[in-house]
Amino acid sequence: MSPREIFALRDHLGAELKGRTISDAHDVVSLTDILSHTVLGGRLNELSGRAVLLKLSDQLRSGLAMIELDGIARRMLLCPPDLNPAHLDALIADAGIDAVVTDEADRWAGTGLPLVVTAQLPLRATPPARTERATEWLMLTSGTSGVPKIAGHTLEALTGAIVAEGPARGPAPVWATFYDIRRYGGLQIFLRAVLSGGSMVLSDPHEALADHVARLNARGVSHISGTPSHWRKLLMSGSAAQFAPGYVRLSGEIADQAVLDGLKAAFPNASVGHAYASTEAGVGFAVNDGLEGFPADYLGNRNGVEMKVVDGSLRIRSTRTAHAYIGRNAAALTDADGFVDSGDIVELRGDRYYFVGRRGGIINIGGLKVHPEEIEAVINRHPDVRMSRAKSRKSPITGGIVVADVILTEGTDQAGVKEIRDQILEQCRAQLASHKVPAVIRFVEALDVTSAGKLARTDA
Amino acid sequence: MSVRSKVIEAIHQIAKEQHVTLPALSDDLSLHETGFDSLAFAILVARLEDETGVDPFTISEDAAFPATVGDFVRAYENVPA
Repeated sequence: MSPREIFALRDHLGAELKGRTISDAHDVVSLTDILSHTVLGGRLNELSGRAVLLKLSDQLRSGLAMIELDGIARRMLLCPPDLNPAHLDALIADAGIDAVVTDEADRWAGTGLPLVVTAQLPLRATPPARTERATEWLMLTSGTSGVPKIAGHTLEALTGAIVAEGPARGPAPVWATFYDIRRYGGLQIFLRAVLSGGSMVLSDPHEALADHVARLNARGVSHISGTPSHWRKLLMSGSAAQFAPGYVRLSGEIADQAVLDGLKAAFPNASVGHAYASTEAGVGFAVNDGLEGFPADYLGNRNGVEMKVVDGSLRIRSTRTAHAYIGRNAAALTDADGFVDSGDIVELRGDRYYFVGRRGGIINIGGLKVHPEEIEAVINRHPDVRMSRAKSRKSPITGGIVVADVILTEGTDQAGVKEIRDQILEQCRAQLASHKVPAVIRFVEALDVTSAGKLARTDA
Repeated sequence: MSVRSKVIEAIHQIAKEQHVTLPALSDDLSLHETGFDSLAFAILVARLEDETGVDPFTISEDAAFPATVGDFVRAYENVPA
């Protein structure tokens, strides 16, 4: 392949579209003339052909560095903000890292890395660079307690679903996401903003939700994505009333009917869709009919994405999956036929598949396997429930029982709480096997959500 | 409320939820005759732990599970404060 056939991010950006920006809570940067500016102090040429660790404390400089490095570096490893520093050495060795882009140059001096480049704002003017190669994008998997796995992607794989959908109709979208763009779900949105000719509004973990929503409004956000946990938090906050996006997207966790209905009610003029994607399996599909789960005829080959269910879990083969785990002792990413096992367990009911939980998230109740998500989905159907988490608790009688922590919707009358508890239990008994019905329901003010936007299940 | 009445109230509440028809609860009624299955007892023990702060069946390694309603109530009454 000659270099001219390789499209890097810079090749999707040009000066012809005016008024494009990428912004966070502190800065607004123009994307329109981004190609003649540098966040790397003009040192991009030194990073040519290198394996670069992208280790920055903020998303804005990270995104700008991605735009510059793609097509120039040999590979770049995106470090999400919650990366345990104790894992860095192993990741640097596994990815063969020989340069770091950082905002803490002191921290990297004397670490043996041959090249340390500081990313800085404001941008400096620089002659535009030309794409040299297809850069390998390295992303870290979330949800594991040990050293995260490194999944290798190409820009082509990462943008496969975006290109397949084609350009958005109407005015250029202003995208936002509650995710961090150094995670797969957030990166998808960043790439959508770059490829769609639109703008991007980044999240900030230190910003209060009400301030974040005010900023989304001020920047005219039209398209926004987050996990169901992100969205439930927004619905609970009372801030949703001031916000009117046109497209609301959920991914990263099971989107149950309650959260889909809650968003539809909060944003009556928005289309609400949930997407299925993971760091390893890439973007599988989007569901836009307002219902949880997905139509059974999505299995088979659909738009170049092949899906099948084996032993209850969804398997995906497509050009959008990661191509390998990277590292010295990396496991195989796909089976012999090229399918990625998502570990997401689905169940066929009627003509639709429903997600019931993660294979690794099963709790054991008296020797029976239970997916906590399945219980939560039933609890969440109660109109006064905003969010819940089911987990196991030791029992001297049966070994384990199900208990649930429940957050009620704002303004629920405390006098009615006992009645709500009885209704939730009645609902669970009607729809779940008896061992899945929570033995104890606790009403709580908050549930922990990880920095990746997922309900924390570490003590489950 | 006495420990005894807390225990008896919890038994009635769970019986209602589990659609179990309880016989009259006397101290010498065997737990088997209450109609509770092991899941119902597991729920009972968990609820009482939340309410009283103790689970007498996990605290002592060698405690045999009680045979009668009276034994069950005493297990909670006899927990050292």
